[in-house]
Amino acid sequence: MSGKIPVTVLTGYLGAGKTTLLNRILSEPHGKKYAVIVNEFGEIGIDNDLVVGADEEVFEMNNGCICCTVRGDLIRIIDGLMKRKGTFDAIIVETTGLADPAPVAQTFFMDQDVGERARLDAVVTVADAKHLTERLKDAPEAKNQIAFADVIILNKTDLVTAAELDAVEAMIRTLNPTAKLHRTTKCALPIADVLDRNAFDLDRILEIEPDFLEEGHHHHHADDIRAMSFEIRGDVDPDKFMPWIQELTQVQGPDILRCKGILAFRNEPKRFVFQGVHMILDGDLQRDWRSDEARVSRAVFIGRNLDRDAIRKGFFATAA
Amino acid sequence: MNVTAPASLTQHVAAIEAGEHVIAAAWLGQVPALALSDGAVMVGAQGDQSRVEVHGSGGLLAAVAAGGHLFTGGCDGRVCSIDAHGQMKELARDAKGGWIDAIAATPAGAVAFSVGKRVTARDEKGGLKQCEAPSTAQGLAFTPKGYRLVIAHYNGATLWFPNTSTPTQLLAWKGAHLDATVSPDGRFVVTSMQENALHGWRLPAKPTDEVAHMRMSGYPAKTRSFSWSHDGNWLATSGAEAVIIWPFQGDGPMGKAPRECGVRRAKVTQVAFHPGAYVIAAGYEDGCILLLRLTDGSELLARPAVKGSGITALCWNKPGKSLLFGCADGQAGLLTLPA
Ligand SMILES: [Zn+2]
Repeated sequence: MSGKIPVTVLTGYLGAGKTTLLNRILSEPHGKKYAVIVNEFGEIGIDNDLVVGADEEVFEMNNGCICCTVRGDLIRIIDGLMKRKGTFDAIIVETTGLADPAPVAQTFFMDQDVGERARLDAVVTVADAKHLTERLKDAPEAKNQIAFADVIILNKTDLVTAAELDAVEAMIRTLNPTAKLHRTTKCALPIADVLDRNAFDLDRILEIEPDFLEEGHHHHHADDIRAMSFEIRGDVDPDKFMPWIQELTQVQGPDILRCKGILAFRNEPKRFVFQGVHMILDGDLQRDWRSDEARVSRAVFIGRNLDRDAIRKGFFATAA
Repeated sequence: MNVTAPASLTQHVAAIEAGEHVIAAAWLGQVPALALSDGAVMVGAQGDQSRVEVHGSGGLLAAVAAGGHLFTGGCDGRVCSIDAHGQMKELARDAKGGWIDAIAATPAGAVAFSVGKRVTARDEKGGLKQCEAPSTAQGLAFTPKGYRLVIAHYNGATLWFPNTSTPTQLLAWKGAHLDATVSPDGRFVVTSMQENALHGWRLPAKPTDEVAHMRMSGYPAKTRSFSWSHDGNWLATSGAEAVIIWPFQGDGPMGKAPRECGVRRAKVTQVAFHPGAYVIAAGYEDGCILLLRLTDGSELLARPAVKGSGITALCWNKPGKSLLFGCADGQAGLLTLPA
């Protein structure tokens, strides 16, 4: 991965167990050194040599778009840290419970200096199994953090019944069908499940499981965040798909939190993989389709106010 | 663009082993000094160096030279000064021990520094004044006359007279402003911006005059280094695959095209105008250093490209006879111009 410093973003509502997870990562005998960026006003008690306070300052870019934002403090801190290259192996950014993960993630794609030296590894969200259901109702930030995550740690599972746990997991899946989900108590899980995920590396985009494609029978409010996934049993036409996805992410970028897909392009032996954050879109041809694999094209969109039927129609119109 | 290789001055360069990423290069009178990212300052030329431990292992973040002193700010929240004898003095300390994000100093010995939004000015007698910027202070610069500070921040820059009760004045412009500089005649304030552009304000001569805006864009990367010509007529800037030099004669650069010198296939990271001539030292991301003559664009090679050794600091001595430079990989050197 070209020697770029990996950055893991830890989000989650206050009290979910972020600090527990962070201290667990730091205290494991991995022999690695981490630079930890924490919020000035966040939870305290982090046991690490290199801890930097951040003020979660969000910069809007001058294009006037509300979703094109970066974290100014992160740019400055990473610039400072990179002058001490060699004194740490990776960076962990802990956000407050109120933070929107998108500006954090976008910093790695929109700021050239940061993007050249560091890479976003994954957004990891810690959720409290007992309180998440309530949080999802009253706190839009909590919903955002679940919808945005690459890895979700459903913590404090010992405080709920098996049925409650299944219900909260089902709720998470309506918001985010593709994240890796781990059930834990005290955030006890192998460190490899959290770090070195390469979640934004196109070569490592996880298979989009067909089970996620079955839509549940939930009632959605118009302003709800929700996930939608579509499957074309066969090829798509890149000349139709590329302009469609570019326009979709440009026009509806502010409402699309994440998108990803694995597509079979007509006459193309390799799989086309894409992923995006709001208006930022990254896509490339990846490995060959295996002979034992069906050439199906799948795409997932997570966002708010998304018109499912329109996106579905648009996607199906790109079929070859 | 020159087709032939530029004439070389490389045999006039004496190497200096700095050993760490160089944050700033400075002349403390006749003595070269290098501020290093590991928290130390190297004082003296090769063979006669002393390493002054200033900020401990946390590291040094910002440094600026003025009036024969080097002023440094570190991860430890301390602001220190170092003189030509390597004498270190702690001038101030952030109460919360936060990172010193920016620092500025005057030849008379005043210094200003910021931690997040908190900006502290310390006059030459040691008097401390504080103000809070509207958002994180990204860059600081003193105006050449009067004890006045420019603070660059999100959505503009703030002018502050620390020792008077005059309210701060906001120079508003949407976007994130990074570093700040003031022209030698004090008429222009220029900031670099997050979105690869510069913004300039022409300050009104009388309070009733309007502030004029100047937009300088077209850079492929952020400008993190700028340098005024000795007469203030030109501002040399980094951030492109050439030095971009804006004309500031008269009303400023609006409607005028900038000059470009030293076009190469590498970005310029550092610029330093010669203190008495229209010659610019340009340091590139690939480690190359060229001396460029503004009048005819002619080039002299001071350092060839060196892998991983991008130029991070450049400084002429006062007579303009020697150029001190530092690099990202801990190499450094001293170019002495042949007589
Ligand atoms: Zn946008």
